[in-house]
Order: sequence, then structure tokens, then C-alpha cells
Amino acid sequence: MTRNWLLNAAFTVGALALATAPALAAPTKFDFWYGLSGDLSERIQDMCKDFNASQADYEIVCTSQNDYDTNLQNTIAAYRANKQPTISQIFDAGTLDLMLSQAYLPIGQLMTENGYDIDWSNYFSGIASYYSTSKGELLSMPFNSSTAMIYYNTDALTKVGFEGLPTTWSQVEDVARKMKAAGYDCPIGFDPAGAWQWFEQFEAVHNQPIATHGNGFDGLDAEMVVGKGKFVQQLTWLKAMYDEGLLVLKSKDTGEVDQDAFAAGKCQIFSGSIAGHGSVTAKAIPDLHWDVAMLPTLDGVTRTNSLVGGASLWTLKGKTPEEYKGAAAFYNFLATPKQAEWWSTVTGYIPVTNTGFEAMKANGFYDKAPYAGRQRAIESLTATPPTENTRGIRLGNYASIRAEMVKTIQNVLFNNVPVQQALDEFDAKGNDILRRFQATYKDAVLP
Amino acid sequence: MERRAYYRNKGLPWLLIAPQLLLVLVFFYWPTSQALYWAFTLEQPWGGGNTWVGWDNFLSIFHDKEYWGTVVRSAFYACCTTALSMFMALTLAVFVDRSLKGTRAFQSVYVWPYAIAAPAAGVAFRFMFAPEAGLIGAINDIWPGIWNPAINGYQALGMIIVCHSWLGIGYNFIFFLAALQMIPRSISEAGAMDGARPVRRMLDLQLPLIAPTVFFLLIINLISSFTDSFGLIDTMTEGGPFGSTEVMVYKIYFDGFKGLDYSGAAAQSIILMLLVVALTFVQFKWVEKRVHYN
Repeated sequence: MTRNWLLNAAFTVGALALATAPALAAPTKFDFWYGLSGDLSERIQDMCKDFNASQADYEIVCTSQNDYDTNLQNTIAAYRANKQPTISQIFDAGTLDLMLSQAYLPIGQLMTENGYDIDWSNYFSGIASYYSTSKGELLSMPFNSSTAMIYYNTDALTKVGFEGLPTTWSQVEDVARKMKAAGYDCPIGFDPAGAWQWFEQFEAVHNQPIATHGNGFDGLDAEMVVGKGKFVQQLTWLKAMYDEGLLVLKSKDTGEVDQDAFAAGKCQIFSGSIAGHGSVTAKAIPDLHWDVAMLPTLDGVTRTNSLVGGASLWTLKGKTPEEYKGAAAFYNFLATPKQAEWWSTVTGYIPVTNTGFEAMKANGFYDKAPYAGRQRAIESLTATPPTENTRGIRLGNYASIRAEMVKTIQNVLFNNVPVQQALDEFDAKGNDILRRFQATYKDAVLP
Repeated sequence: MERRAYYRNKGLPWLLIAPQLLLVLVFFYWPTSQALYWAFTLEQPWGGGNTWVGWDNFLSIFHDKEYWGTVVRSAFYACCTTALSMFMALTLAVFVDRSLKGTRAFQSVYVWPYAIAAPAAGVAFRFMFAPEAGLIGAINDIWPGIWNPAINGYQALGMIIVCHSWLGIGYNFIFFLAALQMIPRSISEAGAMDGARPVRRMLDLQLPLIAPTVFFLLIINLISSFTDSFGLIDTMTEGGPFGSTEVMVYKIYFDGFKGLDYSGAAAQSIILMLLVVALTFVQFKWVEKRVHYN
């Protein structure tokens, strides 16, 4: 009797569960790992909450891995153990490592298969080209995009009698010298860890190759050519500025980084990402008057477009079709104009599409005080159509090469190694890294 | 009759050492064999496959000028930290052993640094030694520019050496103190009656009697300075400026994890492992035979 009753009860519960299952179906969960922390991490968490609230079919789980390097390492480790997230945020320097990994689904294919029609030509060409194959197929979703800028304290500029903002390095040198004479201890704050803005972007803006074969786009056998270009002259200049005390070291090692020193009014000029625009606004001491401008050029040089920096989102292989549907829905959500504008407003990263930018411009976004000046990043990125030297950097293990450049700059500035010798050694080191990468992927064909 | 103890049951001893054996297999032999395999191949970071290259990885390491730089730097680092740390610990232990006022309190205080994790200590030291903001940086107010590990490689290396030695003092101190307290009082007292001053007694009596401990600590310290420097370097200098604090273990981390050169890093770690194995071998074979135990 009792047994029968129990059995019946069990059946009823089971039947009920089956009947209500579709209605109560838990949303498909999928993982997104990213390499940002602090304030930017909070913004990504907001974004994930908004996405989850906007629909009921998918639930994105967003996890910060602290920084880009760690995120790449953890993603690789997870992929090798078959526990990878569906989406991972990979920084610019890791692009080729991903491209040859065979571990991703191209973004175009993913969106088409899941029924989304995205107009890829709407993306700024300089951004799209960085994450595209040499044939023009976009592989990853452009996400947090930035470019390098230079920040000026306008009060200091006024004090030394400079109208407007300097546009050439010789003007920068001139105002820095006058600032020093006017009693400013730190005219220009400099961090060698910023090889990205001081070296890579300099090369792009001056249409200089970093390596042959169009910075590696046309083959894994590219060779470094930095010691043969205009950067020799620029590094010589940096050394002279450092020795004269116009360029002052501000890094993690000295106790205060360049951006903080600028926001505190101690340094009058520094170069950094447009993504730092929001941070400078937030950290600036009261009555600090400042502005941001495109990177200066050498005298008599026609500017070409600067490189996009930041990171893109890669979709990893080995997940279920439902999870890919979720990922596609998430990318589609990111591409909506409203979302693009929100992201750009709260972070300082630039909008990545033409229409997104035009819409923000039409709204008067760039006229208002805290955001004015950010449009210059777009001007810098779109100064010219991408050339062979400015469409991106397609070099293997580029993060290591970048680290070698940091060492090279330190060697020249602090250790008095002659510039030409230091850059020739840098090219040799870079070639070693490239040859090793080529040997590791000896059967691979560059997509 | 067989004189050594043995188990009747052949399976029991294996069962008893199984947990330990399992730990060693999982956490040592398995990763080591993996590293050994990678050291002779070129491993793709994303696991897409690899190619057998024989000794190429080792050859390219041995031809790398920078690698030899890190080897010399590591050796220098190991000698300095070991000497500094052991000397400080021995001095402290000798004083504590003399039962001066407050000995009990000092006994525990001197051990504390050993309980601090290297990365935590590294962050604290980083603030103390920062040239612009730190405690030590204050001397720049008196002599501007005299202290700047951000641009001076020797100062940066010196800074790490001091910090590493400081962390090791506690460990060495315990061993020295225990060894010193093992020495029969009567020997010291007899020396004292013959008119030997404390320094003389330490050099001629105590030091020879604790020689086994000294040699044991020497090897342990050398090994730990080759392998444990990572936490401090990563939090304090990240190998900079211009690579002047890049020691062997840090280069392995950098090449492997940041540079994604798994095979190069694996080959380097095999070399480092052989070095540590050699040191351990020296300790067991050579030192144990020659050092006099009482």
C-alpha cells in the first residue's frame, strides 16, 4: 500500500517535471574570459548583466583573468585541457598566435551560420584589417579598441606661450625646454613599458615598416627592419631629451606611473592610450586643464593612420551549437548602436563602426566637456586608408618582441648603449623569435 | 640470522609508501617527463602538434649570449644570498645561544620572516625601495639620484638579493640555534676557562662542531636561491631594468608563459633541474662523507 503510494507520487512528480521542463528550461550558459581589471572589469560585468537581462535564452558568465597576458595563458591552458571558455578576449600582440592556433571559429562564419547579418564594411578599415586575414576575412570580433595619443597640460602650454597643441616632435621639444626653464620639473613623463605608443605607433604614423612582408602579413619569413628606419632618429632624440632632463622616467618601478603623474599635475605631457582618457578625467586634480591630441610627427612628414590597440574577442572551438548561438547573440548585442555608445562613454574606448561614430557625433557626444577630444583618436586611426605598414602587425610571439623593445629603450636611456647598435641587436633578437615561431608552425599557411 | 628488519608480507611495504609515491609521480615525474619530451620537440602553444628537433633547443640555448648572462647572474645571486643570509642567521643564533636578556622573545621574532610569502614581501619591499616614494628613497632627498633601482641594474639586483636573504634568515636561524644548543656546555666552558674570548670560542669550537649543519644549510640555501627567487623578482622588478635582474628561473617563466615558447622554456627547466640535482648529489655524496659528525 505504502509502496504503491510512493511509486505513484514519484510518477506524478516525474510527469510534472517533464511537462513543465520546456517552460522552466534553464538558459544556455556560456563562458567569456577577459583580461581587464578594476574599473573596466566592473563595466564588463555591467555589460554582461545587461545582456542576460535583455533575453532569456542564454546566460553569459563573465570572468576576469586580471590582465591580457594571464588571460591568454589561462585560455591556452584551458584549451589544452578541453575546458576553454566559448569567448576569450585576446590582445593585439597575440593576434597571429591565435590565427595559427586552429582553435577558433572565424567571426563571419559564426554570425552567418546563426542567422545574423552584420555589415562588416561598416567597421573602420584600420580596425578590421588588424584582425583580418591578408585576404580580408575578419576572424575575431573587434571589442575594446583604442589608439595612442599624446596628452598636454594646457595651462603649462599657455605659460610657455604656445597657442593650440603641438603637432610635431620638434614643437614638443621646444615647449618641453621652455617648461623646464619655467620651473616645471617634469615636462614629459615617460615609461619605457609603453613601447606600444613610443615605438609601434611612431612607426605607423610615419608609414615605417617594423618587419618586411608588410609587417608579416605576407608570410612567416618576415624579417625585422627597425634598425634601418626612422625610429633610429626618434630613439636618438628620446635619448637626448632624457639626458637633458626633459623626458622624465615615470614608471611602476619609480613609484608613480606617467598617467598618474600627469593627472596630479606633476608632469605636463605624456603619451598613452585614448582608453586612458576617462581615467585622467577621473583622477585629475581640481583645476587641471588638459587636452588630448594625435601623436606628433617628425617635421615634413605626411601622417598615415595609427594602429588600433586593445583587444578583440575570439570564439574558441569545441563548444556546443547552443553555446555558439549564445555567443553570436552576444556579439550581435555588442554591435547594437546603443551598446556601442554606452561602452565608449563609460570607458574611453572608441566606437568601432562608422555608423556608431557618426551617431555619437550627431548626438553631440564629442562636444561635451568630459568627452571632447576623444574624436581625435578616430581621426588618427582613419587619417589615411591603411597602407602596407599600417594595417597591423602580423608577427609571431609579438608580445616577446615588444618586451625586447622595452629592454632596448631601457638599454639606450639608462645604460648608454649606442642607438644603432641597440636597434640592430633588437632586430637580431626579433629575428630569432620569428624564426623560432616559424619553425614551430612549419607546415602552417598564413590565412 | 638476517639482522635487518623486514616485512613478511611483500605487498605491505609498497602499500605503505604508495601515498608518497603517488604524490611524487603526479607532481614530479609526470610533469618532468612532459618537460623532457617538450625539450626535444617544438611544441605548438595551442597543442596543434609538435615536431621532433633533437638537441636543437639545447643548442640554441647554449648559443644564446643572454642565456649565459642569466646563468652567471643566477650563480652570483645564489652565492650572495646564501652568504648574506647564513652569516646574518649565524650571528643572531650565536647571540641568542649565549642566553642574553630577552633571548626567549628573540628566538621567535627572528623566525617570523620565514613565514612571509615571497610575493607579499616583494610588494612590501617594492614600496620601501621605490626611489620616489619609498622609505629608502628618502636618501634621494639628501643626495639626489643616488638610489634608483628603476634605472640602475646593479642596485636592482642588490635590492632583490637583500630581500631574498632577509626572507631566508628565519629558516637558517632555527637550524643554527638548534645545532648550537646541541653542543655540550662543558666544551665551551672549558674553552672559556682556558681564556678563549667568545669570538675565538665560536671560530675554534662551535663552528667546527656545527659543520654538518653549515654544509646542510649551504646546499639548501643554494638550491632555494636558484629556484625560489621567482616570487620576489616578479613582484619587484619583473626582470628589469634592461634584464639586469633576469635569473634562470625568471627567464623560464618569461619565455614559457609570456613568450609562449614552451619548448625553449622546457629545455631551460631541464638544465636548471640537472643543476639542482647535481647540488643535491654533492650534498649526499661528498659533503656527508667529509664532514665530521659527532
